[in-house]
Amino acid sequence: MAKKFHPTPNLDQLESGPWPSFVTGLKRLAKDKDYVVDLLGHLEHSYKTRKGYWKGGTVGVIGYGGGVIPRFSEIKNEKNEPVFPDAAELHTLRIMPPGGMHYDTKTLRQFCDIWEKHGTGLIAFHGQSGDIMFQGCTSENVQKAFDEINEMGFDMGGAGPSVRTSMSCVGAARCEQSCYDEARALRSVVNSTLDDLHRPALPYKFKFKFSGCPNDCMNSIQRSDMAIIGTWRDNIRTDEALARKWFAKHGVTELVNDVIARCPTKAIQLKDKAKVGKGASISSVAVSDSQALEIENKDCVRCMHCINVMTGALATGTDKGATILVGGKRTLKIGDLMGTVVVPFFRLKTDEDYDKLVELGKSIIDFFAENALEHERTGEMIERIGLVNFLEGLDLDVDPAMVSAPRTNPYVRMDGWDEEVAKINAKKAAA
Amino acid sequence: MAQAQIRRAIESGVPDHIPYLHPKLAKNYGNWKYHDRPRPGVLHHVSHSGDEVWTVRAGTQRQMDVFTIRKLCDIADQFAEGRVRFTIRSNIEFMVSNEAKVVPLIAELGRHGFPVGGTGNSISMIAHTQGWLHCDIPGTDASGVVKALMDELHEEFIREEMPNRVHLSTSCCEINCGGQADIAIIVQHTKPPVINHELVANVCERPTVVARCPVAAIRPAMVNGKPSLEVDEIKCVCCGACYPPCPPMQINDPEHSKIAIWVGGKNANARSKPQFMKMVAAGLPNNAPRWPEVAEVVKRILRVYKNDARPWERIADWIDRIGWPRFFEKTELPFTKYLIDDWKGARANLNASTHIRF
Ligand code: SF4
Ligand code: SF4
Ligand code: SF4
Ligand code: SF4
Repeated sequence: MAKKFHPTPNLDQLESGPWPSFVTGLKRLAKDKDYVVDLLGHLEHSYKTRKGYWKGGTVGVIGYGGGVIPRFSEIKNEKNEPVFPDAAELHTLRIMPPGGMHYDTKTLRQFCDIWEKHGTGLIAFHGQSGDIMFQGCTSENVQKAFDEINEMGFDMGGAGPSVRTSMSCVGAARCEQSCYDEARALRSVVNSTLDDLHRPALPYKFKFKFSGCPNDCMNSIQRSDMAIIGTWRDNIRTDEALARKWFAKHGVTELVNDVIARCPTKAIQLKDKAKVGKGASISSVAVSDSQALEIENKDCVRCMHCINVMTGALATGTDKGATILVGGKRTLKIGDLMGTVVVPFFRLKTDEDYDKLVELGKSIIDFFAENALEHERTGEMIERIGLVNFLEGLDLDVDPAMVSAPRTNPYVRMDGWDEEVAKINAKKAAA
Repeated sequence: MAQAQIRRAIESGVPDHIPYLHPKLAKNYGNWKYHDRPRPGVLHHVSHSGDEVWTVRAGTQRQMDVFTIRKLCDIADQFAEGRVRFTIRSNIEFMVSNEAKVVPLIAELGRHGFPVGGTGNSISMIAHTQGWLHCDIPGTDASGVVKALMDELHEEFIREEMPNRVHLSTSCCEINCGGQADIAIIVQHTKPPVINHELVANVCERPTVVARCPVAAIRPAMVNGKPSLEVDEIKCVCCGACYPPCPPMQINDPEHSKIAIWVGGKNANARSKPQFMKMVAAGLPNNAPRWPEVAEVVKRILRVYKNDARPWERIADWIDRIGWPRFFEKTELPFTKYLIDDWKGARANLNASTHIRF
């Protein structure tokens, strides 16, 4: 039995209602833990005064420079003693999950036992970077808890100016849209940068994210420095049985309004079955005895919409890989940036392809480490130095797929034009 | 003694995911053909091999106590061959090889208070952050805001009745850890930081703090004979960027730290290109513990969207069609001068055409 609960009239109001309540969970923990009794008191104080009361500090584990988020209470009495002494320290351990966030129950139960012993017993699945967050333990217990978690085969995540913990979508494990082995790519890339992940020494944070297709379930385009988004180069695959089944259920109105009319590039047409085109870049599938869909794959921008709506009837191609985009981030400090294309198609099939991806990731981090200013993300660095300098630094070829439109102003030195044209022609001739 | 206890970390990095996969997922890895949704909260995937797997998705509170996690483990052991996975929005997924187990599994989740849903065109769980529970700079809470809102949106979580999927996020400061979303709820400070000059010299690296300000409003100054910082309060945009590197520059205020609502963020490439969200409402009070004013605006936007959008239109697609004037008209939200962008690249957000819907 733990000590007496502090009154929590505000938090109590978060126990009713149909959604699972974290407050009820905390109270269950508080029954046996003075630590959580005081944590509840601490949180109630925030609710009452509408302010936060944690400050950072330095707490870590031997050998690593990051991964622990230190928190010390700032609710103090006149004598400068913590008002909630049992929750005066509330550090979080960030632990990297397996790609796709799959677990067996043995592992989860072991996590619970460790955290019940050394911490509050509160675990978040997962933080916004993708970490398992073991929330709340004392400075004394950080190392003990980490040692046990580490013995299980799990390792610390990133924090500070370092490579951060990464996420990959469920992808190949359970999604028909998957265009590469996301979890394998994640593991190969991140585990080749562990020094930069565990010992923060970069100009600022660096995030990789891995989505298996342009649906980008990992939100990689807006929240990673290097987004690896699956795509394909060949034609959309079709399955007539599933197409007919879809059409029988949904009819021509939905086919026209919800599929054909929503294609952003008007790549899809409804055709008389007998008049369907035959070219090498055309995918077609009968939806009934008289009508068929025809897709001009040269016009398709791989947006995924038709495939999402008619899953299985339409499917991603087989010449698969990823588009690589660099520089996504939220506002601070120059405004929001989406990642933009630096490699339109990066094949991901063979072991060698995955090795090359690892090399590309490493060279982008090296370039970032050498060229970014302090507290500058990749997107801001590229904004400052220009995409062309970034591409040249990484020896990546320029490609019109990298822009939404060519330049609209004449303010540029162009005396190298002929040389560039010659280089491009020489490359073409050699290919 | 201390010497003997030193243990160096095993720098194992990201663990291999394969051993944790449900056996059906391991067997059909990279070989899935299609899926459908027999009912809200349930996905049915079919492999090229003919194998089938059913996934039941349930909402969690994300910040889970060990008892909740162990309960979920019990359920997984009983129905899902001891395997689970989590989605990016903190939903838990149970994979089952046998269709007959789906209904009893749903019943068991229901019995223990886990809502089943979040699939297809539903409102999924809110992506959220740390808040008062754990962050060092929060203007509001995270788990509490989410709990309060999900109680209100619960019906739309367990159904699939929205025009397209709806992703929500909350963020307790402008750093916006919650990320882009169809609707995002983000703290917006409205007063410059209040500086405790006694502490600045000891706690803050002044050049770092000066460099952090996006509008160069901070300069070093001597205050009461001590080195400190001062803020040009006219220039200051109250972003709070100076607060993390310099905690004596308190930006949070129980009254003046307000909440803003943003709409139309979209990460998927489906149909239109990915889009940033836009601010559409502000000045909402930070009214813990249930934030009713915020819930009211969010629900109003969702109500209008649900009635007005066509099938497969995300909020961004819907607004692309109806236009911003009608968005504000239909949602009855005031369009004030503060919603006209004046930051870098702002001209791209002005209407350089005569395209106006009357
Ligand atoms: S990003 Fe694509 S491949 Fe990955 S889970 Fe989402 S839809 Fe599937
Ligand atoms: S995937 Fe291609 S064909 Fe299908 S809707 Fe998108 S652009 Fe059109
Ligand atoms: S949004 Fe801001 S306050 Fe909230 S967790 Fe992230 S950094 Fe902390
Ligand atoms: S709140 Fe933002 S704008 Fe104001 S002084 Fe601090 S960093 Fe500068």
